[in-house]
Amino acid sequence: MAQIDPSREYSPLRELIFTRLREFFREPEAIFWVYIFPVFLAVGLGVAFRSQPQQVIKVGAASGEGAERLVEIFRDQAGFQLQILPAEECRKDLARGRLDVMVEAKGKEYRYVFDPTRLENAYCRDRVNRAIQRAAGAADPVPVEDEHLSEPGTRYIDFLFPGLIGMNLMGGGLYGMGYVIVDMRVRKLLKRFLATPMRRSDFFIAMLSSRLLFLIPEMLFLLAVACLGFGVPVRGSMLAVGSIALVSALSFAGLGLLVATRARKLETISGLMNLVMLPMWLLGGIFFTTGRFPEAMQPLIQALPITATNNALRAVMLEGATLASQLHELGIMLGWGLVSYLLSFRLFRWI
Amino acid sequence: MPEFLKEPLEASPPPGQRADPRQLAVRCRGLRKVYDGRVEAVRGLDLEIPQGECFGLLGPNGAGKTTTIEILEGLLRPTSGEVEVLGERWGRRDHELRQRLGISLQETRLSEKLTVRETIRLFRSFYRRGLDPDATLEMVSLGSKARAQVGKLSGGQRQRLAVACALVGDPDLLFLDEPTTGLDPQSRRQLWEVIRDFGKRGRTVLLTTHYMDEAERLCNRVAIIDRGEIIALGSPAELISSLGGEHVIEFAVQSKGSSMGEPNGREAPAPGALIPAIKELRSVRAARADGSGISLTVEKPHLAIPALLEALQAHGLEIARLATRHASLEDVFVNLTGRHLRDEGNGSN
Repeated sequence: MAQIDPSREYSPLRELIFTRLREFFREPEAIFWVYIFPVFLAVGLGVAFRSQPQQVIKVGAASGEGAERLVEIFRDQAGFQLQILPAEECRKDLARGRLDVMVEAKGKEYRYVFDPTRLENAYCRDRVNRAIQRAAGAADPVPVEDEHLSEPGTRYIDFLFPGLIGMNLMGGGLYGMGYVIVDMRVRKLLKRFLATPMRRSDFFIAMLSSRLLFLIPEMLFLLAVACLGFGVPVRGSMLAVGSIALVSALSFAGLGLLVATRARKLETISGLMNLVMLPMWLLGGIFFTTGRFPEAMQPLIQALPITATNNALRAVMLEGATLASQLHELGIMLGWGLVSYLLSFRLFRWI
Repeated sequence: MPEFLKEPLEASPPPGQRADPRQLAVRCRGLRKVYDGRVEAVRGLDLEIPQGECFGLLGPNGAGKTTTIEILEGLLRPTSGEVEVLGERWGRRDHELRQRLGISLQETRLSEKLTVRETIRLFRSFYRRGLDPDATLEMVSLGSKARAQVGKLSGGQRQRLAVACALVGDPDLLFLDEPTTGLDPQSRRQLWEVIRDFGKRGRTVLLTTHYMDEAERLCNRVAIIDRGEIIALGSPAELISSLGGEHVIEFAVQSKGSSMGEPNGREAPAPGALIPAIKELRSVRAARADGSGISLTVEKPHLAIPALLEALQAHGLEIARLATRHASLEDVFVNLTGRHLRDEGNGSN
């Protein structure tokens, strides 16, 4: 290379960005957590919560009086599995979730034992009740018809994948900024950089740009696995998905920078990252809908950046929403990002 | 500009009053550093290092060497005192000043996954002007390792890479904090060559070390520093001659007739008891107990040794061991503080 203009030959920004990219792609562990782990999760959870073709209700009946009558009733009923057990075992299995509902027949009367706080058990009790009432001669006063949905977009895996993408955006930001920066501080590399004429802004721009560059293969990979591997639909525009991912990644990178501003030990940053991420894993609608939490918690939950990310991704991917309709969620992400960056720049410690 | 982008030392130094630097690379006055309001790591340090000199801060661990050098490097803020580096104070044009400095910290773990060449290129990119990265690697004999990852290097190679990263900006002033600590003798000698070559080009070096031989061989001048203060300053030769003699005799005694295998015969007197008498002997400048033996600073060994043997004879003692050597900076330190430079150094403390 000709050395005509030596000042142009080396770009600190380019070198810093390449440094981050090289460090990342030469670290097999990082590759695993970013690319392989979410797919494992998707496969595992997808299998555990796959839509079962026909849900079988497990009914328990105490052996002895009335058991035969129940056998008679459920012999021809599809969708039920009757088990005759000693009464005590029956209750034990019920408590362990091996049975959905227990039926006691006494003379002409029936008694249902179940846990009403479990939604599916209450539902099973009603199904069992209907079967018994029908066997006794009850008829539907109004004719009804069922239509069964099975198209993509309504399955659990469809719900799950946008959540996993959100989780990856969160983890990438917090780990890629937070952990990496503290590691550099622990290794005295930040101090070593401080001792050079490196511009502080170059360093932060490089950290952020490399995070955003990592985003491209990450998103392409996860979306490809979701769409091609699991048939998850993307009904809205890819541009909208990309934009949401970009804003979310910026926001979480800010959060990562914030937790990294002062920590001087890897133990500290690991603890801080867990402190930030654990509530978001639980509350943020990654694995199940945020609607499960009580109304009083909703304002808090809806204000989390992870919830905003997941809501926006699901709206665009599953419902075909436009980017413009997600301004509220984008605003939440941007707000977190802005506050994080402002605080970080005030608090950042190089040494 | 946001706070974090500014230099960390945003003190507002008094304007004007820049004394004529007269080619001083480093000048500091009344330097003090107190940690947490209690620990006084540096206690009023004055230094003047002319350009082109290789200057050593020599002292035991915890003497305040690293604190001092990091204040001079602009990485720590002094509690009080003035610092001028290449005629500049920290907090004004730091970016410009850093363009002219090369710094190697006591302990930096460079990224293990980067190759040697990528690492040196990264540091080169921070400087407007500088050396060719590959040429710099050749200077520290790492040319053949350019494509190796840092994680695969030996301790000595890593340390040479760290120094190369300090050299690649072609600095006027090079700061090295314990550059050879923990290295094997061959790696140390290789690094000394690198530092000497740098000095030959008329550049200034400030290094800290707790190896007296390093300071003696490398430095034009040395400040011996103990408990945050300079206790001696001068060229190694000057400091050694300040002992009054350039030779050291180390010996141990035993009572006459004890077996050779037991140099410390039961009846041998404590070394301390002999010292007053021995101090008066011909050509002896200083005497002190050193572990089980006695250490003398001597001007002319050929006069002192016969006198010593004669005196011992008179006390009914004989020599169990005896060695003579040239005095070193270690002896200067021991003479000044009564302690050895390093815990693992010869003899006891």
